[in-house]
Amino acid sequence: MEALGRAGIFLFQSAVGVPSREGWRLWLHQMHFVGVLSLAIVLVSGLFIGMVLALQGYTILVDFGAEQALGQMVALSLLRELAPVVAALLFAGRAGSALTAEIGLMKATEQLTSMEMIGVDPLRRVVAPRLWAGFVSLPILTVGFSVVGIWGGYLVGVEWLGVFEGSYWSNMQANVAFVSDIGNGMIKSVVFALVVTWIAVFQGYDLVPTSEGISRATTRTVVYSSLAVLGLDFVLTAIMFGGL
Amino acid sequence: MKRSKTMEFGVGLFMVAGILGLVFLGLRVSGLTLSAPAQSFQLEANFANIGGLKPRARVTMAGVTVGRVESIELDTQWYDARVVLSLNSELEGELSRDSIASILTAGLLGEQYIGLSVGGDPEMLEDGDTIRDTQSALVLEELIQQFVSNMTSN
Repeated sequence: MEALGRAGIFLFQSAVGVPSREGWRLWLHQMHFVGVLSLAIVLVSGLFIGMVLALQGYTILVDFGAEQALGQMVALSLLRELAPVVAALLFAGRAGSALTAEIGLMKATEQLTSMEMIGVDPLRRVVAPRLWAGFVSLPILTVGFSVVGIWGGYLVGVEWLGVFEGSYWSNMQANVAFVSDIGNGMIKSVVFALVVTWIAVFQGYDLVPTSEGISRATTRTVVYSSLAVLGLDFVLTAIMFGGL
Repeated sequence: MKRSKTMEFGVGLFMVAGILGLVFLGLRVSGLTLSAPAQSFQLEANFANIGGLKPRARVTMAGVTVGRVESIELDTQWYDARVVLSLNSELEGELSRDSIASILTAGLLGEQYIGLSVGGDPEMLEDGDTIRDTQSALVLEELIQQFVSNMTSN
């Protein structure tokens, strides 16, 4: 409970504040590290998940003679669930753990303390750019995941298994709504971005500054963010699609 | 400095790719069109039974999609289904007053849609008019029931 309170104050202090020109540059640097360098793993996973969805979906749908619904199934499951969740999990593993370790090592080598000594606020200089980079990049990564996944589904479904191309796209277009499917998926991914980056950065900032402390904090980042993402996903899905 | 420039370029590219991806999802996946919704007009039609027709279902003419189902509600005066159709504006004033709207099924188990066929009346349907001539959805159970009762009466 105490940690939660500390985390809340921490989030507020670092996320609020007018970014200076210098802060903008730092943010850009973090966007490169957190976003651009995560692109490869997210896109490759998206491709394979889309392909597997199409393959599995086809074998089930073909029993009912409804393989035309493949595009709709691939698109909806990606947009509503898989893209936000899997991208967030990958993001926690790829970028979150790195953020924790980086900030933790800064703390252990007393870089953060020395920043305070020379009058630089480490929350604004170190934490805020990372936090904002995470908020912005995860939704973009999620979009990339969906697009590549749908393309992967197209490759397997249409090119390989021979579902009629027109019905793949037109069924998708007839059944995917922009606001309620894509919009809700994006809301999910923004929420996950907040949670994952917050956990990662806070774990780094709050750890015991020893080598053991860093390793524990990194583990905690991945475990906590995965649990938070999966738990929140259920809650959000229940609110958005469950008619609650 | 050079490294910083390529990095900035990379981040810019990343964000542009994100926006393009969202546009792709909007246009290609969810079928949003850039044309303004004002370019359509509405017709109403009452059906005795709409079967499994849903909002956003296609409205076709000779197999060509010309609009979609806007809303479906129960008409409490006649206790039948009032369906509001939103059609391309190029058809406004082009459909004769005795046009027929029928609920059809794509394939044996496919989704249901509305098919329009034109009549011969010189007067045309305008925005907000009601199509008088309608054919309800084929309900499989009713068909089977008729078939069975015909068999037994023979």
